[in-house]
Amino acid sequence: MALNDTSPEQQKLQVDAGIENETTERSLSHWQLMWRRFLKHRLAVFGLIVIIGLYMLAIFCEFFAPMDPYVRYSQFVNAPPQRIRFVDHEGNFSIRPFVYGHKSTLDMQSFRRVYEPDYSKRYDLRLFTKGSKYKLWGFFPGSLRFFGVEEGGHLFLFGTDNLGRDVFSRIIYGSRISLSIGLIGVFISLAIGMLLGGISGLRGGLIDELLQRVIELLRSVPDIPLWMGLSAALPPHWSPIRVYFGITVILSLLGWTHVARVVRSRFLSLRNEEFVLAAYAAGASEWRIITKHLIPSFISYVIVSVTLSIPGMILGETALSFLGIGLRPPVISWGVLLEQAQNIAAVNTYPWLLTPAIFVILTVLSLNFVGDGLRDAADPYSK
Amino acid sequence: MANYLTKRLIYMLITLFGISIISFTVIQLPPGDYLTSYITELQASGTVVDEAQIASLRQRYGLDKPIYVQYFKWITGIFRGDFGRSFEWNESVRVLISERLPMTIAISLLTLVFTYVLAIPIGIYSAVRQYSFGDYLAIFIGFIGISIPGFLLALVLMFAFYHMFGISIGGLFSAAFEDAPWSWAKFKDLVDHLWVPMIVVGMSGTAGLIRTMRATTLDELGKDYVKMARSKGLPEWKVILKHPVRVAINPIVSTVGWELPRIVSGTTIVAVVLSLPITGPLLLQALLSQDMYLAGSFIMMLSVLTVIGTLISDILLAVIDPRIRLE
Repeated sequence: MALNDTSPEQQKLQVDAGIENETTERSLSHWQLMWRRFLKHRLAVFGLIVIIGLYMLAIFCEFFAPMDPYVRYSQFVNAPPQRIRFVDHEGNFSIRPFVYGHKSTLDMQSFRRVYEPDYSKRYDLRLFTKGSKYKLWGFFPGSLRFFGVEEGGHLFLFGTDNLGRDVFSRIIYGSRISLSIGLIGVFISLAIGMLLGGISGLRGGLIDELLQRVIELLRSVPDIPLWMGLSAALPPHWSPIRVYFGITVILSLLGWTHVARVVRSRFLSLRNEEFVLAAYAAGASEWRIITKHLIPSFISYVIVSVTLSIPGMILGETALSFLGIGLRPPVISWGVLLEQAQNIAAVNTYPWLLTPAIFVILTVLSLNFVGDGLRDAADPYSK
Repeated sequence: MANYLTKRLIYMLITLFGISIISFTVIQLPPGDYLTSYITELQASGTVVDEAQIASLRQRYGLDKPIYVQYFKWITGIFRGDFGRSFEWNESVRVLISERLPMTIAISLLTLVFTYVLAIPIGIYSAVRQYSFGDYLAIFIGFIGISIPGFLLALVLMFAFYHMFGISIGGLFSAAFEDAPWSWAKFKDLVDHLWVPMIVVGMSGTAGLIRTMRATTLDELGKDYVKMARSKGLPEWKVILKHPVRVAINPIVSTVGWELPRIVSGTTIVAVVLSLPITGPLLLQALLSQDMYLAGSFIMMLSVLTVIGTLISDILLAVIDPRIRLE
């Protein structure tokens, strides 16, 4: 019997099924279509997972960091990273990973401490251990850590800095400042950009012309020299939290122009679309048209532009703090951590000082992937 | 064309005015004024403060007058070539700037050229051989280039070369040529050092341009006029270079003006890491010691040069593409 030899009833069923499929396809909302399209971009999905992971680290950094980032282990200054081991020095296998403690001797020629594993001190790694006390978000006291070693031991996964502080924990803590500065900065740019871009696109005329000139001016100024000038002017007696917001505002000062351009051009192109004219004809108020018709139809483009501008903000903070004119110790951010890496001789002897750079690059790379995927997804009807 | 030119020139004047205001703001931002910093500096070094000199300086900068008078004095001074004085170097700002600016311009322009020379062929190749190994490599390098900021790349390169070969790739000259007069040997030494900042600063721009070039070329490749050219029997390289590339290259060329601020900006911070004798390190130092006339003038001159560069690129573009003139 041939395969295509089917009865009329069966054929009808198949046709019905086909129609049904099509209708479910059609009834997907705009956002569902976007999400579908986004999932097809493998790198973007990968990037999104990494980004979510990094932000979880940032939000719960007290929980995820195995050590207290401010405590100075003065006997372990500039100690190299400890290796996580499964096999001890006598060749015995252990299913539970562990590290050996450091033992240091003073090199009489270079007057540097030289570290080697101390086989008599073995610290088992444990999940959900009790570590040193902390206050989650500065409020909730706790001591539970995601992983770590027992009390009295030490765990320096990425070594220690010149004051004997654990670099790995400092990176985790630093992510809170470094990642949030980009996010807050982007929200400020978004607010200014939407407002000014919207006014400019809707009203046109003199305001539009003026705004165009301002945007052109801000885009033609090289950003880093200007950022440097402004952030160096932040008074040195400011509290860390004020400096933090100062830097955020400085970074957003140039950032809003991108959003404003996108919003303006979208307003201009949508202003005369039939559905907008129809809404006007139906007597809808301007506010209703903007919020119900215009903004939903271009918000995805704004999201793309915003996602792609977060990396610039993160890098801006990192660069300024790296140069010593952004955030300053005792605040921990990736840029502050990298400041120690400015001295190339120090980096050569203690290469683990560069590890914060890996996190910066990973973040920026992932955000770029996500932005790329969102750009493809922003217009799910193309192709 | 004349219309277009006047319009562009007027816009540029407005932009320059805006830049001067921003720079003046940067100068004014730190607490206290130039004189209080100067006096503290003098007292710190144990010099007796001369009241008459202070009074004459106050007069010169109009520090007892309202802010717009100060601005006016400052900006007219600049037109006469007086940028103020750097108290840290005890030297006129103009001298300090003229020592550093030419090399900054040279490096920025070289990087710009390098960026385009590298990006355009790679972009075309990437589009013509889509999904080939080379294409994937270009995409990969592109993402890396966009994601690694210049100063981190400089840091990693410095470390790698220092670690593996024991050489320092910082600076623009070897120690022997640092203060030597210009000669052929010094020039060769400069070229030996120049590639590092060029690659480091150009990397992200190149990456972005490759992506744009690839995308625009891909858009054009499938079009009928390309098939037409091919069916005429033109050799393939001629088909590609004479037809789709000519169209695809337009958005790339028209963004030269945006590329320049990015390069100047990138050079500033990379220069600090690589300790190049250009504006970056001096600007940073001036900011750290609140030597504001020097810092503000640097920011101003960097921006002014960028704007002029953008204007030149706009004019060139109008020469190439008649559609722009008509807008």
